Order: sequence, then structure tokens, then C-alpha cells
Amino acid sequence: MSGPPAEPAARVELRQERDVAAARLAVSRVMDAMGARALRKTRFVTAVSEIARNALDHGGGGVIEVWRLDRPARIMIRCRDEGPGIADIDQAMTDGFSTARSMGKGLGGARRLVEAFRIDSRPGVGTTVEMEARP
Amino acid sequence: MPEAASIYKVDKVLLVAIRDNITDTDIINLQEDLSERIVSEKARGVVIDIAALEIVDTFVGRILAQLSAISRLLAAETYIVGMRPAVAMTLVELGMDLPGSKTALSLSHALRALKAKGLA
Repeated sequence: MSGPPAEPAARVELRQERDVAAARLAVSRVMDAMGARALRKTRFVTAVSEIARNALDHGGGGVIEVWRLDRPARIMIRCRDEGPGIADIDQAMTDGFSTARSMGKGLGGARRLVEAFRIDSRPGVGTTVEMEARP
Repeated sequence: MPEAASIYKVDKVLLVAIRDNITDTDIINLQEDLSERIVSEKARGVVIDIAALEIVDTFVGRILAQLSAISRLLAAETYIVGMRPAVAMTLVELGMDLPGSKTALSLSHALRALKAKGLA
């Protein structure tokens, strides 16, 4: 995955459950500053919440970074963990697939809520998810 | 459960206000407190207020479904109120349209519905 050029507008460490709310708030604030529409913000922040919780529950924690990109204006996040990785990404993206206590709609749901979704996962190395949307 | 949720009694109905930063640990306490209070206060109605929630992800959606199911099994009719329009649209896209839960636009709508059935 090629990295965005600028410094992130926000960065949140995901170490405990409360950090998922902190990640939502950070993304929400950046989108407010971009003048995002209510529905777009709700969709993107919901997707961020799913991805952040995944990194915490399955990846043993991680970090989420938020960028404001121009031309065209959009928001981008990257969430990285150094957990066990996802053996079968296609299976994990399918609604109803769950290895933990969730309903198995998180990852596939997040992908439906954003305009661009990239996932890179290597067993034993970790998982990186990037998501992008217009504000 | 110090901050993430509170249970109030309004008329004969238990009102549960859920806040934005609710966690797994809070949920277990909330489920326990709510089920005990439904029984001890002989509540026939429960209203879960989610107006404070900017978003509802699959985690919180699952909590709402579970709270509704527990209340229903304890014979208390349960309404979820205060859902924002953008949250409703997002939940449908997530495939979580909360089939087992009743909703009302606001607390007063839910109380009116419960009163009409003699439950509040």
C-alpha cells in the first residue's frame, strides 16, 4: 500500500476498549473540520469503529491514523495491528463469519460503508486496513 | 457502570440511557442491573434511549438486540428511542435492522404507546 504524503491529522493508539471511542471521536472531528455531511460522517465513523474494534479484539491492539486528502477532498484512515493476521480474507469479509463474539458483520459492513477499502493481512505479521471516503 | 449507561424510572417504565463510550464490561453490568430492576420494580415497560449515540456499529447493535431480548423474556415491552436518521440508514446497510426490537421516535412516543397498553 502506498502511503499518503502528509503528516496524519490525527493518530490514536488502540490499547483498550475506550480507545475505540477515541478513534471515532478523532475521525469525527476531522470530518467536521472538512464540513462533512451528516450521513457521510455517520457511515465513515461507523466503518472506523468496526475496523478499530477488529484491531483491538483480533489484532491485540494497534494504531489508527487519519489523513485529510485534497483534490478531490476526502478522508482516509489507516489502521494497523501486529496480531496473528487473517488467514482467509475473503471468508472474513463475508457477513456471518465470526471468530469472536461479534455478529460477523463488521468487516464486510465496513467495506460497504466506505468508497475505497483495502486490506492487507499476513499471518504472523499483522493486518493493515485503509479506508477512504468523500466528506 | 459509572458513565456508560444509566437506568432511571419514569412513571412505571425503566428508562435506559446509553452513552457513546459503552464497553463490553459496561454491557454485562447493564444487562444484570436492568434485568434485576425489571423484576424488583415489576416494570412492564423498558425504553432504551440512544439519542446520545452518534453512531451505532455492529457491537452496539448487538447490545441493543440483547437488551431488548432480555427485557422481552422478563415480560417488559421494550422500545428503542432516539435513533438518528443517519444511524438508521447505516444500520440497514450493515444488515442490522434489529428485527426483534420495537422502536419509537422519542421517549414521549414510547411512553404514550406503553400507556395505551396499560403498561406505563
